[in-house]
Amino acid sequence: MNVTGIKGAAIPVRGNDIDTDRIIPARFMKCVTFAGLGAYAFHDERQNTDGSSKKHPFDDARWAGHPVLVSNANFGCGSSREHAPQALKDYGVKAVVAESFAEIFAGNCCSLGIPAVTLSSEDIQDLLTVIEENPQTEVNIDVDAMTVKLEGKEWKATMPSSHRNALLDGSWDSTGVLLEGKENVAATAAQLPYMK
Amino acid sequence: MAGKNLLEKVWERHKVRTLPSGQDQLLIGLHLIHEVTSPQAFGMLEERGLSVAYPHRTFATADHIVPTEDVSRPYADPLAEKMLVALEENTKKHGISFFGTESGKQGVVHVVGPEQGLTQPGMTIACGDSHTATHGAFGAIAFGVGTSQVRDILATGTMAIAKPKVRRILVKGQLNEGVGAKDLILAIIGRLGVNGGLGYAYEYAGEAIEAMSMEERMTLCNMSIEGGARVGYVNPDETTYSWLAGRPYVKDDAAMRAFGDEVRSDANAFYDDEVVFQAEDIAPMVTWGINPGHVVPVDGQLPSLESLPEEERSTAERAYEYMGFAPGESMAGKDVDVVFIGSCTNGRLSDFREAAAVIQGKKVAPGIKALAVPGSQEVAKAAESEGLDEIFRKAGFQWRHAGCSMCLAMNPDKLEGRQLSASTSNRNFIGRQGSPVGRTLLMSPRMAAAAAIAGKVVDIRQTGGEA
Repeated sequence: MNVTGIKGAAIPVRGNDIDTDRIIPARFMKCVTFAGLGAYAFHDERQNTDGSSKKHPFDDARWAGHPVLVSNANFGCGSSREHAPQALKDYGVKAVVAESFAEIFAGNCCSLGIPAVTLSSEDIQDLLTVIEENPQTEVNIDVDAMTVKLEGKEWKATMPSSHRNALLDGSWDSTGVLLEGKENVAATAAQLPYMK
Repeated sequence: MAGKNLLEKVWERHKVRTLPSGQDQLLIGLHLIHEVTSPQAFGMLEERGLSVAYPHRTFATADHIVPTEDVSRPYADPLAEKMLVALEENTKKHGISFFGTESGKQGVVHVVGPEQGLTQPGMTIACGDSHTATHGAFGAIAFGVGTSQVRDILATGTMAIAKPKVRRILVKGQLNEGVGAKDLILAIIGRLGVNGGLGYAYEYAGEAIEAMSMEERMTLCNMSIEGGARVGYVNPDETTYSWLAGRPYVKDDAAMRAFGDEVRSDANAFYDDEVVFQAEDIAPMVTWGINPGHVVPVDGQLPSLESLPEEERSTAERAYEYMGFAPGESMAGKDVDVVFIGSCTNGRLSDFREAAAVIQGKKVAPGIKALAVPGSQEVAKAAESEGLDEIFRKAGFQWRHAGCSMCLAMNPDKLEGRQLSASTSNRNFIGRQGSPVGRTLLMSPRMAAAAAIAGKVVDIRQTGGEA
């Protein structure tokens, strides 16, 4: 499936260095499938220990369920758990926009066909302000043009070119394309002393 | 012309081809799997009717969810039991070697791989765990990957990945007495930041690194990801080869040495960046906040918000609020509730020897819960044969079975409420150690041991562990 862009309203999740333990606490990873993880996305940021709501944007009717997540720098740092983007995806997130991403998280998003694009710090501030003031604002992430657009605004976005290409040509689901190189793989392995 | 660094050489040897996306298809020579991030990958194989391409280069163990107290089967936690059963079934079905709890070789995957001699110089290694960079200590290029990549590696023996840049971290001089690899890596992260390594592999080099034991090099490489670098490595040398010689999966010692020598960075190698540290400047380090970059020397004060770069202030503010600390406070003297010695960062024999030397003949302070959790069954066995378990028990520590334990608290070992833990693990994230409001101070094994005796954070250089 080619991913050329995502359009929809956004959820502001402010903060730098939001790690994958916060996106999905480890105790919810006791599972053998990814099904249903969305219920636990940002669990401890959404609920106090007594179960009362912390009024996190994921539970705030103004933003809840919107497909575009917007955050600040180094989003998704820490553990490599794919459970994090899987939980976001299951919750309904289809694209993430941030100042920067941790590398493994960005790769995991790409593997799931979720565009993870970056904007400058100033542009993120603008975007967060707009969506906080007007929660229904439609955000348009154009993977081909590498832009993030709102009505009347357009920002230059970035993402690793290989991720962009993989989203556009559908090879983000990489098993198929990797299987095509089977003979080359065997040849490469044959040249390695420890693979003999 | 500039020479090549180790990453470039290993990459060339393992690159299958350039993919249409621009990423490389990279052969993964050793694939390590565990119970948390593999069952979904096996499920995906099943759905697509695929088999495992290189089962003899794939090895499994169970670490994250295994209990460290009552290890009898079935586990008390039915979800944990289900995950372990899934791993047992998947490895059996696909002909993958599994170091289970019955094998005597089970443990944290990043302790087991090197210990068995699976990890060797010049290899590419992947595991669905961000601390896979640990294996870089042997001059391997080792990546943490997500479950979709676990699927790809199982199905094809390869993954799609872009080649990182290489930053050399040159550590001149020698570390002072009482200062170790954990302090060095925390100092590196403190200076370069938690995302300073984004897009880079870190090559650790210089006199201080050359003088390190293999176990210290593993501690160092282990936390590369905490500085944003997905890969960290040390060039292989005689220390590497001697440590590996004779281990079960080192079948051909001469071939291992030859390959290690081949991939070593050239003396005139090119680096995209270089940063220099002076080992003598480094003190025992302790984290105070909610990421490993929030770190100060134990004799230092917690930083004022104004002293931090503007982009770090909001996270620091959140950290102060969460930890209940204030700028200007001393790091030393913070009362702790729990002490955890273990994990893929500091769960090896030398870590327990180091901690045992501090606690020998002393008692854990009243009210402190202190856990010593060996990184593997082999580590436990070796430590017990030296009588280290007795030293820990006599001091008031609980000596547990091998596993990840309270590093990420996927098993019953968890902080309760707002407890403050002195921990030798790698992450002080919000809620990391199992209580959504629990708090973590990261430090070296000797510092954690000293904190257990004193009941508070102390400077090992001054106290030697005395309260």
